[in-house]
Amino acid sequence: MANGVMTQTQYIPYLAQKGLKSWILTTDHKRIGILYLVTISFFFMIAGITALGMRYELMTPELDFFRTATEYNIAFTLHGSLMVFFFIVPGIAASFGNFLIPLMIGARDVAFPRINLLSFWIYLVGTAILLSALAQPADTGWTFYTPYSIQTGTKVIMITLGVFVLGFSSILTGMNFIVTIHKLRAPGMTWARLPLFIWASYATAILQLLATPVVGITLLLLIAERAFDIGFFDPAKGGDPILFQNFFWFYSHPAVYIMVIPAFGIISEIIPVFARKPIFGYKAIAYSSFAIAIISFFVWLHHMFVSGISETAAAIFSFLTMLVAIPTAIKVFNWTATLYKGSIDFHSSMLYALSFIVLFTVGGLTGVYLGALAVDVHLHDTYFIVAHMHYVMIGGTVMGFFGALHFWYQKWFGKVFNELIAKAAWFLIFVGFNVTFFPQFFMGFQGMPRRYATYPEEYISYHSLSTYGSWILGLGILIMTINLLIPLWKKGRPESSNPYGSLSLEWQVPSPPPHENFEEIPTVTDWTYAYGKK
Amino acid sequence: MSTWIPESASNLAASVDNITLFVTIVSVFFFVLISAVLVGFSIKYRRKSEDQETAYITHNSVIETIWTIIPTILLMVIFAWGWIAFKELRNPPAEAIEVNVIAKQWLWEFEYFTGKKSLNELFVQQNKPVRLIMRSDDVIHSFFVPQFRVKQDILPGSYQQLWFTPTKVGTFDLLCAEYCGSGHSQMLAKVNVLSPEAFARWEKGDELEDGASVAAISVSPAERGKELHSQRGCLACHSIDGKEVIGPTFKNLYGKTEKLADGSSVLVDENYIRESIYEPQAKMVEGYPPTMPSFKGILSEEEVTALVEYIKTLK
Repeated sequence: MANGVMTQTQYIPYLAQKGLKSWILTTDHKRIGILYLVTISFFFMIAGITALGMRYELMTPELDFFRTATEYNIAFTLHGSLMVFFFIVPGIAASFGNFLIPLMIGARDVAFPRINLLSFWIYLVGTAILLSALAQPADTGWTFYTPYSIQTGTKVIMITLGVFVLGFSSILTGMNFIVTIHKLRAPGMTWARLPLFIWASYATAILQLLATPVVGITLLLLIAERAFDIGFFDPAKGGDPILFQNFFWFYSHPAVYIMVIPAFGIISEIIPVFARKPIFGYKAIAYSSFAIAIISFFVWLHHMFVSGISETAAAIFSFLTMLVAIPTAIKVFNWTATLYKGSIDFHSSMLYALSFIVLFTVGGLTGVYLGALAVDVHLHDTYFIVAHMHYVMIGGTVMGFFGALHFWYQKWFGKVFNELIAKAAWFLIFVGFNVTFFPQFFMGFQGMPRRYATYPEEYISYHSLSTYGSWILGLGILIMTINLLIPLWKKGRPESSNPYGSLSLEWQVPSPPPHENFEEIPTVTDWTYAYGKK
Repeated sequence: MSTWIPESASNLAASVDNITLFVTIVSVFFFVLISAVLVGFSIKYRRKSEDQETAYITHNSVIETIWTIIPTILLMVIFAWGWIAFKELRNPPAEAIEVNVIAKQWLWEFEYFTGKKSLNELFVQQNKPVRLIMRSDDVIHSFFVPQFRVKQDILPGSYQQLWFTPTKVGTFDLLCAEYCGSGHSQMLAKVNVLSPEAFARWEKGDELEDGASVAAISVSPAERGKELHSQRGCLACHSIDGKEVIGPTFKNLYGKTEKLADGSSVLVDENYIRESIYEPQAKMVEGYPPTMPSFKGILSEEEVTALVEYIKTLK
């Protein structure tokens, strides 16, 4: 797609420099990407282990693994807030966004490399505050609903302060990406030729920039109420508990799309390469990311249909929620249609991408139940929500994340993993995930409420099945992790810098890329998806 | 648990279940369609040789328009249907029997208009609509009975209502559905739906055949409210016989629509009365002086509830 062959007169890979200083003071977007990747993976692991503990507890109706219900409540609070704020919100955007955006648009780095490093340092400060809070964690759930979060005896301030600080990292990263995409595209890289991952990252960055300040302010008000007794949210002090929910979801619903839109971008990159087909409906996919981003600001009340909001408000927000399903459905159809008359190779990353389509479809369709007002009344705050949300977050985002890890692994690290083991791990993850979460839909229909440390006897068969599934899922992720870690300590480089025949710019440079990506800025002459063009 | 949806035991369950069924049919259809196409393409177009022919197709406006319009229509149907059923869930009939519900960490109290009270056991009569007027004494709780398909968060600092008509005699689980702390998963109660005869016996205080506990008889909230009305000085400004003293009379007040000083109007319901006791100047009725003091810290939530119940009886 680019003019001329990229020759590297003096190829020095970006990973050549060694030593701690070369990492903590780096302004290289690829290295900062790795720093994020390592940190978010660490939190993914801790939060995942917490989840295994919760599932183990729920094998039986009585309390047996944790000593008290409060310990269980702390476990789900940690699981939720670590997964959401420390893994999945920064997640793909900060790790793969950093690594890929400059490479894909033909730039040497992001627009503000030093602010990029500052974002990471702020993220580290946030995590440090959070880790210090782990000694005395909160038991409020990741939603911190008032007035419980004001009245509870557990320590809420540190964990919310950690999330507050993280917000600045998110805002700065979003700002940096927007400027980068506007200003640093290579000659010929027009908007209509941009890889869809870039479109997705742009939509995500807008959400990060506009929504994150709201959660920051909200958590600050919560901290002020706990520390100084100022009555914002507690009715006993003249506050309004529903106000908190409005503030919280005004951020946290767009945040769902901060988590999942980058995964849309990844799927749109992987499928065309392994199907050797242009992405079907490029414009529809690009615009639908923006449609989703914009509508997502106006659906937050659907988390509150039984909170005591007015009937009119409920109706308006149910309608808007239905609207957001349309662009989502369009994307699923487009990805599936891309396979038509292709030449499909089932690389491990393609397996993740295809399972993304299937699982995200389940996540999306079950969202329609929850958008329908009368049905939501029954299903709200039950395990149906838990299942729906995990189908979107694991079936969607995490599948996209794992797919990205396998797809860009050679490029990023300049190493090769064992493909057969990767496929086996994918199989365990796919099966384990479904065994864990599919029974939870049925549990929810039956009325099993979420956040229960103990539960009525009649739900035991669903719960124990779900726990067995979590072991398969955990084993799959463990095997995948080991398979991806081992090559890092081995010598050797990939045979080809573009083994899957991608047309995207990042594959036209050596693996791993040199320090400033492109010796000469390439000139782009065709779009990224011209596979099989005659 | 033979079926995927729990037994339906209220008048509201059928319409909720019908929508659920419709959404399920739509969902299964699309899921099977997408999966089948995906698996079919994966098998048919798997890479058999390196130089396999591929088609260069970038888009197709006709197909894309069709698959935008069809889901849009289906989603609008689901939205409208869900809304219609929701309106039914939210609007109790006038003849519904009222029960006060107090949720607190971690128990349920029920006060009936006869003066009976019960703890962690709600007694209702088969085929008689019930309207629950619910408040919380501490944090947010949520009233959830799966077999009735009803759920409503209960907030501190305001009243929330919920209604249903139980259609089947039996005992059903009442679960707290909003996380409320260490006792959350133990905040369970029973809803006893009694036949008209059994309910009459229960109201009289007779022992029930099945040995269900019978609540102790005490003063009804309305009677307590009557005492408070004279003890706490309300009588000085608010008559109970329709006479205008300083403030509006309490006679026929509940359910009336009042014109406010700022030109808007307000329906006198539980929340308005409560607000007017705690913050009298928040919504002033036209033509009265703003002289009433706030009773915040003087009257407890329980006493306000009692006064509301008393005002309701003044017809």
